Amino acid sequence: MGACNEMNRILDKKRLSETVYSMRVEAPLIARERKAGQFIILQLCEDFGERIPLTVADADPAEGSITIIFQAVGKTTRKLAGMDVGDKIAALVGPLGTPTHIENFGTVVCVGGGIGVAPLHPIAQAMKAAGNTVIIIMGARNKELLILEDEMRAIADELIICTDDGSVGRKCLVTEPLKELCEQNPKPDLAVAIGPPVMMKFCAATTRPYAVPTQVSLNTIMVDGTGMCGGCRVTVGNETKFVCVDGPEFDGHLVDFDNMMNRLNSYKKQETTDHQCKVGTKAGEPA
Amino acid sequence: MTYIPAETLAAEAKKTWAEVSAKKEPLKPKDRMAIPAQEMPSQDPAIRRSNMEEVALGYSAEEARLEALRCLQCTTAPCIAGCPVSINIPGFIQAIADGDNKKAIDILKESSLLPAVCGRVCPQETQCQAPCTVGKALKSVDKAVSIGRLERYVADWERENGLMEIPAIKPNTGKKVGIIGTGPAGLTVAADIRREGHDVTLFEAFHKPGGVMVYGIPEFRLPKAIVQKEIDTLTAMGCELKTNFVIGRTRKISDLLGEDGFDALFIGTGAGLPRFMNIEGENLVGVYSANEYLTRSNLMRAYDKERAATPVFDSERVAVLGGGNVAMDAARTAVRLGAKEVYLIYRRTEVEMPARVEEVAHAKEEGVIFHFLQNPKRILSDERGWVRGIECLRYELGEPDASGRRRPVEIKGSEFEIELDTVIVAIGNDSNPLIRQTTPGLETNKWGNIIVDENGKSSIERIYAGGDIVLGAATVILAMGEGRKAAAAMNKMLANS
Ligand SMILES: Cc1cc2nc3c(=O)[nH]c(=O)nc-3n(C[C@H](O)[C@H](O)[C@H](O)COP(=O)(O)OP(=O)(O)OC[C@H]3O[C@@H](n4cnc5c(N)ncnc54)[C@H](O)[C@@H]3O)c2cc1C
Ligand code: FES
Repeated sequence: MGACNEMNRILDKKRLSETVYSMRVEAPLIARERKAGQFIILQLCEDFGERIPLTVADADPAEGSITIIFQAVGKTTRKLAGMDVGDKIAALVGPLGTPTHIENFGTVVCVGGGIGVAPLHPIAQAMKAAGNTVIIIMGARNKELLILEDEMRAIADELIICTDDGSVGRKCLVTEPLKELCEQNPKPDLAVAIGPPVMMKFCAATTRPYAVPTQVSLNTIMVDGTGMCGGCRVTVGNETKFVCVDGPEFDGHLVDFDNMMNRLNSYKKQETTDHQCKVGTKAGEPA
Repeated sequence: MTYIPAETLAAEAKKTWAEVSAKKEPLKPKDRMAIPAQEMPSQDPAIRRSNMEEVALGYSAEEARLEALRCLQCTTAPCIAGCPVSINIPGFIQAIADGDNKKAIDILKESSLLPAVCGRVCPQETQCQAPCTVGKALKSVDKAVSIGRLERYVADWERENGLMEIPAIKPNTGKKVGIIGTGPAGLTVAADIRREGHDVTLFEAFHKPGGVMVYGIPEFRLPKAIVQKEIDTLTAMGCELKTNFVIGRTRKISDLLGEDGFDALFIGTGAGLPRFMNIEGENLVGVYSANEYLTRSNLMRAYDKERAATPVFDSERVAVLGGGNVAMDAARTAVRLGAKEVYLIYRRTEVEMPARVEEVAHAKEEGVIFHFLQNPKRILSDERGWVRGIECLRYELGEPDASGRRRPVEIKGSEFEIELDTVIVAIGNDSNPLIRQTTPGLETNKWGNIIVDENGKSSIERIYAGGDIVLGAATVILAMGEGRKAAAAMNKMLANS
């Protein structure tokens, strides 16, 4: 039935890296309303499919299309990656969430890790358009996993690339150049960090001593995406917030990342947090 | 209560019916009172604990006619006053007693648009059945005529025999009405407005219409096919349904009334914002709102582990916090999903529990363990940040509060722990703020409920509202009643404009 609202047809499909895909999908109403920072909920089968949130990476209101970028890691994203131009997505709901607050802050550092570069792109774009000096730090495990480099380069006043193996850019974690920027005078007016939870956690930890305000965008487990289940809730400054309506962006210095990472693993009972922490110390790695 | 198999009940009813119907003389009140109250046949508790199928199986023809004959047809008909939509109860019951089910359903439908649903989920014991003369005479509301079961019986009879008709639609008026939310309030308004010949579009945020009847109330209490049938009737009447459409996000109220050309709107978005207790540990892994737990299981079909992509916890020991229908549904769902032990923790005592008595009885039969006069103090974490238990306090009943119920007061130092892996919070819902926040000028009260006049009209011209978004979390029948009232006012407004 979702299909009768809008066609939800796939107009274009690109493979950005081994597991990351970009798709342009017909969704005129969402394209018209969406603002930077907002997301959609997608479902591939209305009877048994799960509802997953994906950021709207770009939108073309004139064409009536939105672009989604996703990593084929779960049941639904893998199935989505297998779909082709012309196929229809059963359900697309949105745009959801509170848009990013955009204004001329001065200098904004945008930090993107792995697939997090996709949701960061429209925000960096909007920050630039608002008159900010935009410094972009992009991180990935290796050269192959780096996405949207050209797009980001087009926006950035300064672009810093980091990889874990040094196959391109600096061989370091994104927190290293972030720290250097914080140490400069004047320090950045705002940092926006989007990536794996552990990367955002360490970015927030990096900027905290310098009191650089730091926004993070959380991608929790969701069901409805409209505030009716509370499954997406996180602890922010000792208060409970619903990511789908109060977020997805929050003050990174107030988010309880450990609790959030635990909740993300709710359905992986067998895995221990121990394992997750080890993976976790490597920023820039897709969660 | 001991479980009596459906076959035994049916056989007994057959026998009694043969005796009663053989009587030549018309039945006297004494004879009617002597007919045994007909139990609702149900699935064996031992079996139904592990399936999602409906628990209550519905009356056989003999059971229905016997139960109908228990009605004294008293002229005062206190039952009608007890019904929020004033169904002609003695009228439809007499028709069943006469074996004229068609007449019975016609009488029901004069007042109720969702009899198959209401017969199953209404709290009859506090509404129509509370003042029933038979119950009073027999000194127990349990012995009142089972009006709800009879309502269900005729509605099922009509549906199962393929007799549901598409209501006649008046010629097209060219007026356009938008309905936001497809719970009982929205569905009722859609039917009443479409009948007058206006165009109707229903907007639903979820991928399936039906509201709480689909995402909240489980299959074992209200089969989804029944709700779907009501939706099918609406689409057959020419109502347009737009699912995956969030008003306030995909389109705003002002867009609908402006650019999109709607002449009037009805907001029936329900009370969908789960309340939490604000106690320590509430965000640990393993703590759910009942909304989330039930939505995963019902709407997303997580119980069908083979086919559904949406997971739900494989819980061993579950505590449900609360005492309403939502809490019962969550506890009984946990049983069916395979939990070994399910506790229901409620602050007051059994008599104060707002849940339907039948659900409480069914929950007990299914092995849910009730802890009354207890309240959680905090949820305990293991070293990984997962639920390991709950710390509760014992309570006693003190002085009556403003609602007249005796207020539970904590007993100091009575803390104790229960070991658990899952906690489900079912302490109520508030209204979702999305529409309020995106519709300037729409007046709401301090709980966020939309303020309406006696016709269901909001503070903005051409916008009406009803159901839980106005009443706060209430009932299906009240949502339907409010919907009918608002629809009547909207039809009048549209006719005059
Ligand atoms: C688990 C549970 C068990 C219950 N058991 C009983 C019972 O036994 N008996 C009884 O009488 N009552 C029961 N109730 C209460 C009853 O279900 C509600 O009172 C009734 O459904 C309210 O109807 P409604 O039409 O106002 O809203 P709802 O049924 O809540 O429907 C509202 C609909 O609006 C949609 N919506 C919300 N916001 C938007 C938006 N912005 N745009 C588009 N769509 C939107 C929602 O997705 C939803 O589908 C129960 C409730 C729950 C949660
Ligand atoms: S996803 Fe359900 S409340 Fe956010």
